[in-house]
Amino acid sequence: MTETRIVTKRLRDRPDDSWTIDGALASGAYEQLRAVLAKGDTADVQEQVKLSGLRGRGGAGFPTAQKWSFLPPDSFPRYLVVNADEGEPSTFKDRMLLERDPHQLVEGIAISSYSVKCNVAYVYVRGEFALGYERLARAIDDARAKGFLGRDILGSGFDCDIVVHRGAGAYICGEETALLESLEGSQGMPRIRPPFPAIEGLYAKPTVVNNVETLSTVPHIVRMGGEEYAKLGVNRSTGTRIFSVSGHVNQPGNYEVELGMTFRDLLYGLAGGVRENRKIKFFIPGGASSQWLTGSDEHLDAPLDMDFVQQTFGVMLGSGAIMVYDETVDPVLIAWRLAKFFAHESCGKCTPCREGTGWIEKVLYRMSHGLGRPADLDLLVDVGGNISPGVVNAPFVQTTICPLGPSAVSCIASLNKFFRDEVLERLRNDAGAHA
Amino acid sequence: MSFFDESNVAKAKEILARYPRPKSAILPLAHLAQDQNGWLSPEAMEQIADLTGTTPADVLGTCSFYTMLKRRPCGKFVVSVCTNVTCLVTGGPEVLDHLEARYASEPDVTVEEVECLAACDGAPALQVNYEFHERVSPSSAVEIVEGYRSGTRRARTVSGATVA
Ligand SMILES: Cc1cc2nc3c(=O)[nH]c(=O)nc-3n(C[C@H](O)[C@H](O)[C@H](O)COP(=O)(O)O)c2cc1C
Ligand code: SF4
Repeated sequence: MTETRIVTKRLRDRPDDSWTIDGALASGAYEQLRAVLAKGDTADVQEQVKLSGLRGRGGAGFPTAQKWSFLPPDSFPRYLVVNADEGEPSTFKDRMLLERDPHQLVEGIAISSYSVKCNVAYVYVRGEFALGYERLARAIDDARAKGFLGRDILGSGFDCDIVVHRGAGAYICGEETALLESLEGSQGMPRIRPPFPAIEGLYAKPTVVNNVETLSTVPHIVRMGGEEYAKLGVNRSTGTRIFSVSGHVNQPGNYEVELGMTFRDLLYGLAGGVRENRKIKFFIPGGASSQWLTGSDEHLDAPLDMDFVQQTFGVMLGSGAIMVYDETVDPVLIAWRLAKFFAHESCGKCTPCREGTGWIEKVLYRMSHGLGRPADLDLLVDVGGNISPGVVNAPFVQTTICPLGPSAVSCIASLNKFFRDEVLERLRNDAGAHA
Repeated sequence: MSFFDESNVAKAKEILARYPRPKSAILPLAHLAQDQNGWLSPEAMEQIADLTGTTPADVLGTCSFYTMLKRRPCGKFVVSVCTNVTCLVTGGPEVLDHLEARYASEPDVTVEEVECLAACDGAPALQVNYEFHERVSPSSAVEIVEGYRSGTRRARTVSGATVA
């Protein structure tokens, strides 16, 4: 079982200096930018990205070339906004890319900006990432000094600069329209769509929002050619993705693998299997917002294919975070902590999310601390249904402004699906104990 | 009277020049103010309002949304301990409890519980003044904080590796 290192190649090959301008230049940085500018064909980059089948690595998996194509052709200025707010629990890949290969991101931003005809890009870096901010800001200064950013880049006539903006601690600012609000100096509350950011985004101008890993992949697509890149992966999940594996595996870490690999190969072949040879009780395959899978063969042998897991199991690969829990873990306790997170991070704009997440947290708290009541699980299903009809029982309808509300119900749906009997028995026992 | 000291006045100007609309500078200026004084005082917010052409109420409205912006004086060392799901099963809450008890009456150290810090491969994790420290235990966490207090700071960690 091996990784396929494309986006993580430089930082793995040169652990000591991958983040410096010298280390980056010695390993091919900015060669693709040079080639793209020499060729002078903005449409060609978009074509290669389209052929590559690249889909967003931030969570939603939207096709990148298609997102770029929504920009109205004659409206300027326009902005590229880079989402480096990584806050989805157990996701830690963008932090690594910022800290250890900022020049790859800068090159990706410059190439993408050229392709979508934008002259200023904003990178919204999560406030807590002090080192990532420092290294990215340094990389931008060094790139500018070498003529890879700024005016008339490499004599091409193309101007592009990058502004780094620090967030200040709010998970919801990772949601793209909340991010734009925050960048404009307001509270980070999601916007009602339409209008979509491609039409009216930052400062009401056409805007593309892309994730760090998405843009870090762009130079490699240019280098390999879109068709070649698309040969990696499976079905509509092309290429590689970085999976952040954590929890009860022997070797937690970031693994870049070709899509289509099975969960088993990733978790056992690369991440070293479960500590003390225990069994996996359940795992969360796409960040805290996803529904769960269990240690069953059916789940472990499923491929890392965004559409397959969605259609077959109703879970998502999301932000690429996989949290693994062995048999010693109480799923109700995990559900409670996730609920506490969502209750804390709900921005409060929609009533069902603002009120419902707090209520769910309270009920899960008592359930996970020996104070549950027999009807609590059904109460949760009911409250969850009010936040977001259909998360527990299809069809799913989003009634909130952003997907955070529905995400908060994922853990309830999973508890109910996989652990209903176990939970009900325990609630009966708890009620008996303090009757 | 300017709230910002001389070098920060120059930095504030440079920050404002990055954005087509000055209101965008509220968060970066709030960080600057906090770096200078350790917290975001009403005087700082008034000055930020002046600089960005907004009102102090606008600045307060924005800043109150964000957990990193401290609207009360806090310790010179802010220790942020993660207790989210991966840290939960690897000992984060025990680290938090221990640090809270240890520093309960030490005003230079502020211990806070935070959400996932994106360091789950090194869980349980914490930050001291936003520098990462991973695979901590209750006792090693105290050693780290003491290292900051005595000026012999322990190595911080870079994603997946340790640096001085
Ligand atoms: C609550 C919430 C939090 C999100 N957090 C992030 C994040 O931290 N980083 C990110 O890239 N995308 C995040 N997203 C997804 C973004 O809204 C957006 O889809 C993404 O940045 C688009 O980039 P991509 O197409 O390159 O993936 C979040 C979405 C929601 C609803
Ligand atoms: S769903 Fe929740 S987080 Fe999203 S906009 Fe509504 S209240 Fe805010």
